Amino acid sequence: MVHYPAWDQDEARSIVSSLAHLEGATLPILHALQEEFGYVDPQAVPLIAEALNLSRADVHGTISFYHDFRTAPPPRKIVKLCRAEACQAQGCETLVEDLAREHGIVVDSHHGNQDAVVETVYCLGNCALGPSALVEGELIGRVDADRIAALCGARQ
Amino acid sequence: MSEAIRIYVPVDAAALSVGAEAVAQAIAQEAQARGIAVDLIRNGSRGMLWLEPLIEVETTGGRIAYGAVAAKDVAGLFEAGFQSGGKHKLCLGPTQELGWLKRQQRLTFERVGVTDPLSLADYRKYGGLKGLEAALALSGQGIVDEIKASGLRGRGGAGFPTGIKWQTVHDAKSTQKYIVCNGDEGDSGTFADRMLFEGDPFLLIEGMAIAGIAVGASKGYLYIRSEYPHAIRTMQCAVLKARNAGMLGSAVLGSRHSFDMEVRVGAGAYICGEETSLLESIEGRRAIVRAKPPIPALQGLFGKPTVVNNVLSFAAVPWILDHGGKAYADYGMGRSRGTLPVQLGGNVRRGGLIELAFGISLREIIEEMGGGTLSGRPIRAVQVGGPLGAYLTAKQLDTVMDYEALAGIGAMLGHGGIVVFDDSVDMAKQARFAFEFCAKESCGKCTPCRIGATRGVEIVDRIIAGHERPKNLAVLRDLNRLMTDASLCAMGGLTPMPVMSALNHFSEDFDRPPPEALPQAAE
Repeated sequence: MVHYPAWDQDEARSIVSSLAHLEGATLPILHALQEEFGYVDPQAVPLIAEALNLSRADVHGTISFYHDFRTAPPPRKIVKLCRAEACQAQGCETLVEDLAREHGIVVDSHHGNQDAVVETVYCLGNCALGPSALVEGELIGRVDADRIAALCGARQ
Repeated sequence: MSEAIRIYVPVDAAALSVGAEAVAQAIAQEAQARGIAVDLIRNGSRGMLWLEPLIEVETTGGRIAYGAVAAKDVAGLFEAGFQSGGKHKLCLGPTQELGWLKRQQRLTFERVGVTDPLSLADYRKYGGLKGLEAALALSGQGIVDEIKASGLRGRGGAGFPTGIKWQTVHDAKSTQKYIVCNGDEGDSGTFADRMLFEGDPFLLIEGMAIAGIAVGASKGYLYIRSEYPHAIRTMQCAVLKARNAGMLGSAVLGSRHSFDMEVRVGAGAYICGEETSLLESIEGRRAIVRAKPPIPALQGLFGKPTVVNNVLSFAAVPWILDHGGKAYADYGMGRSRGTLPVQLGGNVRRGGLIELAFGISLREIIEEMGGGTLSGRPIRAVQVGGPLGAYLTAKQLDTVMDYEALAGIGAMLGHGGIVVFDDSVDMAKQARFAFEFCAKESCGKCTPCRIGATRGVEIVDRIIAGHERPKNLAVLRDLNRLMTDASLCAMGGLTPMPVMSALNHFSEDFDRPPPEALPQAAE
């Protein structure tokens, strides 16, 4: 499980300035902030806007466009479950139903103080060994509902 | 003590996903316990994914393959003397003799699974850098001419002739030009780019460098989707190594040409596979599709002339420069020249990567190489070319894998992905998903895609629920025509392809008794 430090505006500022020289620095900066803190706090918007000579609207627009960027601290664990066609052909939708029915885990539900969240992604490039999941950078093939529940630290 | 035994355990993400790391650790531990010196090499995957983790041992008689190996099998393998190619129930025989590999014509993937992906020495030993060296002996125009002669067409899906694109950028006047590699492999059912990133990263760097030298671009960007963390790490490491070795930098391989590149990471947006939206993303903006013209070849990244090509297009380039455009064009058929790395996935017994000259039929790939469905049930539908590709019926499988042949039956080749479904699939649901996916991933710029996808979900829902089916089917067909004709890019323009193919080939799924009123699923 990844533990992120609390948002630190000074640390964020130094991350922004260390990458501001890149051509098209916005995404590399957002990734670096999210890697450090687990999310991109709205306080980062004016920092990035100033460093890159952009409007705050531009920066906010970029953050809000991409599925990856979070604007609030992440759950302690994120299990990304592929639900694209190749995994559908290998039963991922049945898996999603089993997860809800047998383990009480509802995919893409962020309610409550859950330790782990299962999120939908579309394609992890493991289409011959699906259904697939990505957990903290590790790709797992041929998963079933029990395996996903175990990865979540399981409320059986 | 004799020389260390070379054992290959793939580091490819697919192999890791079924336990390759644990196998590698078990081999290291077992070897140590037995006092056997082992040189453990982490190679790419051979592409026989159903046999992963597939490990190989180097013997005097060549490499011997074992698969699928689990960590618990390792002690038994040592007991059976696998370190010298000994017999074991998991032994597959000499890797080179495996029918699945022997049948292929691997040009782009010739080194993947063979070498240590991050060893430049291995890369050179197995023919790497010869294309770049050949390119450095030619003029920019000379390189472009070889690419034209090869007949190479963009492997991302659109199939535009690569040589013509390069010619346009070559001829454009600008002090700054760019090479951009589209590694946003978001299509479900495709994983060739990922296997190449992880299995032979220097090949892609070499291909991009050749492009840079050909058109006079000194800077390249490789955009990889964030869903591929292993690939990102491998490519970043390979770029550093290539720079340190003088393959990139101000004097490429000691020549007067300058070319360097950077890896950029996507952020979970399927639309970034569209080239202009990818450029917007590199520039740091919302990935909103640009209207064309101007084409990226003239006004691309930061408004400069830019070559945007798919990973597999760049990766084909070193072989073409090394062997000549004509040698490449000798593979293939009609206007589809060279080889195509086909990716076989979904509900299939033997899935993986198959590189072959254009012209093999879908049936040969799915039934002969793939062995039919994994579930053992009959094949009902096959989606070719990703989420925007058509669903074909089992009767259409004699179609050959070729840009024109697939277009001829209202389908498309796309990035060469094939997803197999058995007879449990509900094609009305698949049609609904095509719209749902488009609604989620649309960039929102053009109305047909932004609004049409959402209306499409609603219409399919009404059809499934049995509400005024004939009328809703007419609206569905009309909506599809509009999205096809009026969308700005392929996202909205091709979403009707899976929908209409499902409707036309599997109309019975749109005519079933409506399901009983089901309790609402929790949102």
